[in-house]
Amino acid sequence: MKIGIQNVTKRFDAFVALDRVNLDIHSGELVALLGPSGSGKTTLLRIMAGLDWPDSGSVWFGGENALALGAAERHVGFVFQHYALFRHMTVFENVAFGLRARPRHQRPSEPAIRKRVGDLLDLVQLSWTAQRYPDQLSGGQRQRIALARALAVEPRVLLLDEPFGALDAKVRKELRRWLRTLHEDIQITSVFVTHDQEEALEVADRVVVLDKGHIIQTGTPQQVHDRPTSSFVHEFIGDSVALPVTVTGGEVRFDGSPIAIDAQGVPDGGATLCARPYDIAIHAGSIAGGLTGEVRRLYGLGALRRAEVALRTASGEHLVEISTPRALPVGVGQIVSLAPQSYRLFPLTAA
Amino acid sequence: MVSGILLLRRQPSVVPGFGITLGVSLTWLSLIILIPLAALFLKTTELSFERFVAIVTSPRTLHALELSFGLALAAAATNLVFGLIAVWVLVRYEFPARRMFDAVIDIPFALPTAVAGIALTNLYAENGWIGSLLAPLGIKVAFTQLGIFVALVFIGLPFVVRTVQPVLQDLEAELEEVAATLGASRWTTIRRVIFPTLVPALLTGFALAFARAVGEYGSVIFIAGNLPNVSEIAPLLIIIRLEEFRYADATAIAAVMLVASFILLLIINLLQRWSERRAGKR
Repeated sequence: MKIGIQNVTKRFDAFVALDRVNLDIHSGELVALLGPSGSGKTTLLRIMAGLDWPDSGSVWFGGENALALGAAERHVGFVFQHYALFRHMTVFENVAFGLRARPRHQRPSEPAIRKRVGDLLDLVQLSWTAQRYPDQLSGGQRQRIALARALAVEPRVLLLDEPFGALDAKVRKELRRWLRTLHEDIQITSVFVTHDQEEALEVADRVVVLDKGHIIQTGTPQQVHDRPTSSFVHEFIGDSVALPVTVTGGEVRFDGSPIAIDAQGVPDGGATLCARPYDIAIHAGSIAGGLTGEVRRLYGLGALRRAEVALRTASGEHLVEISTPRALPVGVGQIVSLAPQSYRLFPLTAA
Repeated sequence: MVSGILLLRRQPSVVPGFGITLGVSLTWLSLIILIPLAALFLKTTELSFERFVAIVTSPRTLHALELSFGLALAAAATNLVFGLIAVWVLVRYEFPARRMFDAVIDIPFALPTAVAGIALTNLYAENGWIGSLLAPLGIKVAFTQLGIFVALVFIGLPFVVRTVQPVLQDLEAELEEVAATLGASRWTTIRRVIFPTLVPALLTGFALAFARAVGEYGSVIFIAGNLPNVSEIAPLLIIIRLEEFRYADATAIAAVMLVASFILLLIINLLQRWSERRAGKR
């Protein structure tokens, strides 16, 4: 099921949660809505589900106007962060809820319900929990039951609101991979909300980055990570070092001192210099055209070490964190020079 | 080493003072409830068994007990239905004077029961505001069993509302939302999702309203008319026996009421446990 969102605006009193948002979601796609809290991502998801209504704009499910349908008629599966399982029902009854809630003439027969629930419990690998109550299950198991319950009604679209947010790191990683595989198996159009960029990049076919009610960038995980179109996306996705700089006549200055990098065609004025921590070279001593600072802390295991470097500025100092190869002989308290090898400059207005 | 021995002796707890609080509450419970109740039963033993049976099975006593318990159950059941509706309105809708409506619910708690009884009697008497409307229909409320029922409903309502209200307030909106996305109609959601989670609180409210109604005296005697074998409640019969200095007779009736109430409350309590277990609140 293809989803079309056109010019959707939603206000909560004075707060603008979504501002003229346009988005097309293709059939069978797994899309992540990624953004910080307050970016409007959950509101957008709830509007698709029919749990919230936009002030203006339209939502299309295929050729059908979804806004003409209530939540109960949209045939969407919705999964909440805190599972929202019915505690007074067994796992079996939870999964069967949507089937039993149908009007009598559409309701499957009891054997058909048993079969369907059994199949779904097999799918989420929790057949043995059928007669248990939700309180007897772990968080990860509960979320899988919530997913089975959502799938029981054969939804046209699966919507997940921070589905792994309440789980501990290890279970979260497992479930992510499991969701990815599940989606490959059942190919249902799915949208999930997350504030965790790692999750979005790992699971989704396409990532939609939101901030303050606007869609900032849309693309494959590779695209948004490697070719961010704004300093916001650069900083939000992946580790990032950001420095406030000024551009004057093609020359880039940090705190008044010129740095030996290309202005990348950015017009004169304020700009943000963004680079990945591993794309910054570090040299001992002060070098002309580099960013001079003092090493404050070194930590980390494995092939890379992280170094906290305090860059001196007129108004105090600016702490940046970079990655250095283990072999590099840099010590705490040493004066070093940083030279970005690969970087992006974004004019301030674009942010 | 010393601390090790202490640890073996008693499990340390982050919440201190278990022993002392248990001691205080048991002493308090004894002073306030258990000793007076024991005295009641002690006084009853002054009667021979035959005499006791004769008192409690006399038609007048039986009728009074039947009336008290029957009407208390009926009033509690009525409060269950209308209390739930009142809670629903109070929690789910914004309307002008909602806070005032909310505050009015508590009035039966605070109002002297005699005042409530006199007010109800005046309203429901044949020449009262409501009574005069009902009289042409052949319905008499004041000085009948129906009047007792009205008084018991009046004093019991806040118990149901105040026990169920916080539970409905805390009910996660997500449960209803998820039911809607699963295609459930509003009515199905109420019946299969909301109502089952309210059952334990409803039972508690029912038990409290019932317990209060069984023991109610002040408001009932004004509206009941107090005709023996017609509209005489058990608490009143106890007072009458006391005024006749038949203390043992009074305690005999009281003992029966006590045991019956205890059994009924115990049953409600067990039902509530069972429903809570079903609601998954272990």
